Amino acid sequence: MAHIYLMPFCSYSQKGIFYESEESSLLITLDAVRKIFKTKDGPVNAVDQVDLTIEQGEIFGIIGYSGAGKSTLIRMLNMLERPTSGSVTVAGKDLSTLSKNELRKARQEISMIFQHFNLLWSRTVRENIAFPLEIAGVAKAERLKRVDELIKLVGLEGRGESYPSQLSGGQKQRVGIARALANNPKVLLCDEATSALDPKTTDSILNLLVEINGKLGLTIVLITHEMHVIRKICHRVAVMENGKVVEQGPVLDVFRHPSEEITKDFVKQVTEPEETTDVIKQLASEKPQSKIVQLTFVGGRAEQPVVTDVIRKFNVQVNILQGKVSQTQNGAYGSLFIQLEGADSEVSGAINYMNQQQVEVEVVSYE
Amino acid sequence: MSNLFPNVEWDVMLASTGQTLYMTAVAVIATFVIGLFLGLALFLTGKGNLWENRFFNVITAGIVNIFRSIPFIILIILLIPFTLFLVGSMLGANAALPALIIGAAPFYARMVEIALREVDKGVIEAAKSMGSSNAQIIFKVLIPESMPALVSGITVTSIALVGYTAMAGVVGAGGLGDRAFLDGFQRTQNDVTFVATVIILIIVFLIQFIGDTITRRLDKR
Repeated sequence: MAHIYLMPFCSYSQKGIFYESEESSLLITLDAVRKIFKTKDGPVNAVDQVDLTIEQGEIFGIIGYSGAGKSTLIRMLNMLERPTSGSVTVAGKDLSTLSKNELRKARQEISMIFQHFNLLWSRTVRENIAFPLEIAGVAKAERLKRVDELIKLVGLEGRGESYPSQLSGGQKQRVGIARALANNPKVLLCDEATSALDPKTTDSILNLLVEINGKLGLTIVLITHEMHVIRKICHRVAVMENGKVVEQGPVLDVFRHPSEEITKDFVKQVTEPEETTDVIKQLASEKPQSKIVQLTFVGGRAEQPVVTDVIRKFNVQVNILQGKVSQTQNGAYGSLFIQLEGADSEVSGAINYMNQQQVEVEVVSYE
Repeated sequence: MSNLFPNVEWDVMLASTGQTLYMTAVAVIATFVIGLFLGLALFLTGKGNLWENRFFNVITAGIVNIFRSIPFIILIILLIPFTLFLVGSMLGANAALPALIIGAAPFYARMVEIALREVDKGVIEAAKSMGSSNAQIIFKVLIPESMPALVSGITVTSIALVGYTAMAGVVGAGGLGDRAFLDGFQRTQNDVTFVATVIILIIVFLIQFIGDTITRRLDKR
């Protein structure tokens, strides 16, 4: 048990574009947006007074459980659902005031990828990618050239003549992404784009999205129910519950200080494996005199060997129960569960000491 | 041959086969076009679709249901004035066409509607999200994506049409039905009925085979 280093894996140059917020411009503004569905059981407030701003070049995540309204919300960003009230402005255009033709033009700049990919099975990969170009009236020679570029960009060389049914889920989503990028959009909307994929494929698709965000400066808005997705690629996150945005901010801040219960639940998805609570309860009951402490290390400040210092300076036994480091787009985030044993004064001294360091300390009690 | 089928006049049988094929082919083509059009109208004006229009939907569905419900042999008789106006005669293959098409198109229209309903809503949503116009959604998404079902639907309809031509034959349209009924049944020449039936069976099997082959080729799912 040597030093515990939690390295800041992620440099800020990897694009927290929104940090340069003085220069950056708002790309998407939602103002008091509301969507009411009429059902047999009366009106349902799917989206309730949501205000959001999303900046040029950022990856913005919206997380919530199913039924939270995130799917409706993202569909209002391209008017697949029209808001009951409020306004949605994308790239300077108030979408609900546009005429049919203007909206069709605007939609060519707001692409979308889907959980179930929604490819045309009757078309080959190439023809699927060419589809939005046909819609936009791009000439054939130009189309062929653009399709080649896109196939290369998403890493589908050699699969151009395959039909979607011959592809794996990850490859299908790559086609979906290529298709979405065909008309050089300003925004890419991701509707649970990785929810139908296995964890490994999910990671490769997420990496592709980050790459595209970096390479093309494309703004990405995604909805998901997996905190893992938010953690891995988003710069900022909004948490939705019952149609409302209950919490939002830079991903690392939300990880560090989740204020709502639902947000804490989501953060736990990433920091604590499910069995953690049980294991810790078990250990705590075996040694009732000991204290269990959760240390949270955040971003660039996670370097000091806090645990080693505690062992050197105090007469306590430190037992590491569980630790995990997660990387976010804004820097690393780690949590460590330790068990402290020793005289009460030594233990509280150790806790005080850790409190003065740049880590968050929480004494955990399980009844 | 002449011992086995003493009463069969092969040149007449050949001409009748030609008439049956002619009636079936023209009726299939017209049914495909009209049925596709009607089916699209039914689907698109339906609830939650591109041109949702309850009034138009109910009217179209009503007309389709009425013509689909009338037994074909009665439809022929009901359409006599219309046919006389259009063709000028009640005899010959052309005189059978109006009844064949009006009888089969609504039948096919329902199949088209079902085929279109099977198109993944997500794909239509994707096309909308890319800024497709309604015409582009119809011609680039709905029809291509439902093509295998459209083809297997027209296969079934074609076979029904072969049966209809036989019935039309009874009232003077010519063709194999005419041979089987007039020469075979009414003059008790069972060999003529037998040969006409076998030829109709061969036609039906051929249609089914061709339809299945095309459907299989088209279906990339």
